[in-house]
Amino acid sequence: MYKAIVMGASYGGLEALKIILPQFPAGFPVPVIVVLHIGDHDNEIFLGYMNEMCPLQVKEAESNEPIRKGFIYFAPPNYHLLIEADFTFSLTTDEKHNYSRPSIDVLFESAAWAYTKNLIGVVLTGANSDGALGLKTIKDYGGMTMIQSPCSALSPAMPGAALKIAHPEFSLKLEGIADKLIELVNSDR
Amino acid sequence: MTQDAYNESNTDLLNIELQLLMEAIYLRYGYDFRNYSKTHIKRRVLHHLGINMLSSITQLQDRILRDRAVFNGLLDDLSINVTEMFRDPEFYKSLREKIIPKLRTYAYFKIWQAGCSTGEEVYSIAILLKEEGLLDRCQVYATDFNRKVLEIAKEGVYQKSEIEQFERNYELSGGKNKLSDYYKSRYGSVIFNRELSNKIVFADHNLVTDKVFADVNLILCRNVLIYFEKSLQENVIGLFYDSLVPSGILCLGTKESIKFSRYEHLFDVVDEKQKIYKKKIM
Ligand SMILES: C[S@@+](CC[C@H](N)C(=O)[O-])C[C@H]1O[C@@H](n2cnc3c(N)ncnc32)[C@H](O)[C@@H]1O
Repeated sequence: MYKAIVMGASYGGLEALKIILPQFPAGFPVPVIVVLHIGDHDNEIFLGYMNEMCPLQVKEAESNEPIRKGFIYFAPPNYHLLIEADFTFSLTTDEKHNYSRPSIDVLFESAAWAYTKNLIGVVLTGANSDGALGLKTIKDYGGMTMIQSPCSALSPAMPGAALKIAHPEFSLKLEGIADKLIELVNSDR
Repeated sequence: MTQDAYNESNTDLLNIELQLLMEAIYLRYGYDFRNYSKTHIKRRVLHHLGINMLSSITQLQDRILRDRAVFNGLLDDLSINVTEMFRDPEFYKSLREKIIPKLRTYAYFKIWQAGCSTGEEVYSIAILLKEEGLLDRCQVYATDFNRKVLEIAKEGVYQKSEIEQFERNYELSGGKNKLSDYYKSRYGSVIFNRELSNKIVFADHNLVTDKVFADVNLILCRNVLIYFEKSLQENVIGLFYDSLVPSGILCLGTKESIKFSRYEHLFDVVDEKQKIYKKKIM
């Protein structure tokens, strides 16, 4: 049974997330945890806006916070977001990874350790290769993996790298991603 | 990323070996990582195995127990020393506006900066104090549990390539002069003026295992507690509480907080966003 969805997006990711995240209905039974590369900028305004748009509650992940369903969590800018074995968040200021902090790989790897096969990982549009190794780790631990199809992504490099390295189960157009996730989560309940 | 020796089939083994390693380090060297965030420790140890081409944590443990130098190598990987000058410029702005006026009322005061890493933060504080005419009225203690970074901090020498970022932060923080007024260029590096470092005592201090500092007026400990589990965070906030004078100020990192700790009601909030707190007078 799936217990969480982790998502990574970079260049073009804001637009993609605006389409995907509002589709999760109230009462969606798993938390959604997102790394979006947005540089050092404060994301307060963006999170406020997303919170308005989404039936689920959107907030920044906080250190030690227990991960709960009903929420969409975003990694804070300039910190790596990790998931602990007791399903709480921790943050670090370790070196950048793939020139990124937060890094999608770092979130995905720790999520795979914590949730093992009960996890779905999604790599969306982006101009680098962050998330590819992390998605492979999710797959190695028995989780479900998905990418936005490179040809439909604003920037194909990131889902392209993930495709090559992780051989994900699904490669979908932006419009189909939320539906598939909802279907996967509900089908094994 | 994931070390070859460890994968989805032997996660339990990995966790057992990690726990044993932390015990071994504590018993042998007194450094207590047992209540640091487990996932963070796991990542760092796996990273360390990778770059040192070791095949298992048990093998690493064997070498650590017998060779202090090997332990020091791991210590460097466990203590994340990433830092910069005037990191979070908004924080320094708030410090200047809200805390400096309070400090001005003291004839003499003490500052403790815990987890100083390579010193960029404490030189930033010294510059701010200098600009406010308070540097001569205070004693600054800067501590860390990693002796290697303390040596670098004492030197006050940084790469020229980093200075651009530091300048930008300094300006955003409301700096009154030019950052270059405080350092001299030398080949590819810059060295900060002795006038600043003369006011700072650098010392080895472990927040987990060492004692309180007495009668401190201002404590800064930023981006250290995020690496601790909740129970340990509480203990360290307690250590800070005990070290502060009544009305003393505690500054934490932007993503750290006393909220939900048992010390929450013992402090007033000075700046919620910048995580600046004031010890209540009991
Ligand atoms: C990420 S740096 C933060 C540096 C600086 N305060 C800043 O915010 O830019 C964390 C520092 O905490 C130190 N540290 C970690 N655990 C510690 C402990 N138990 N006692 C003292 N220092 C510790 C590390 O050695 C490292 O230099």
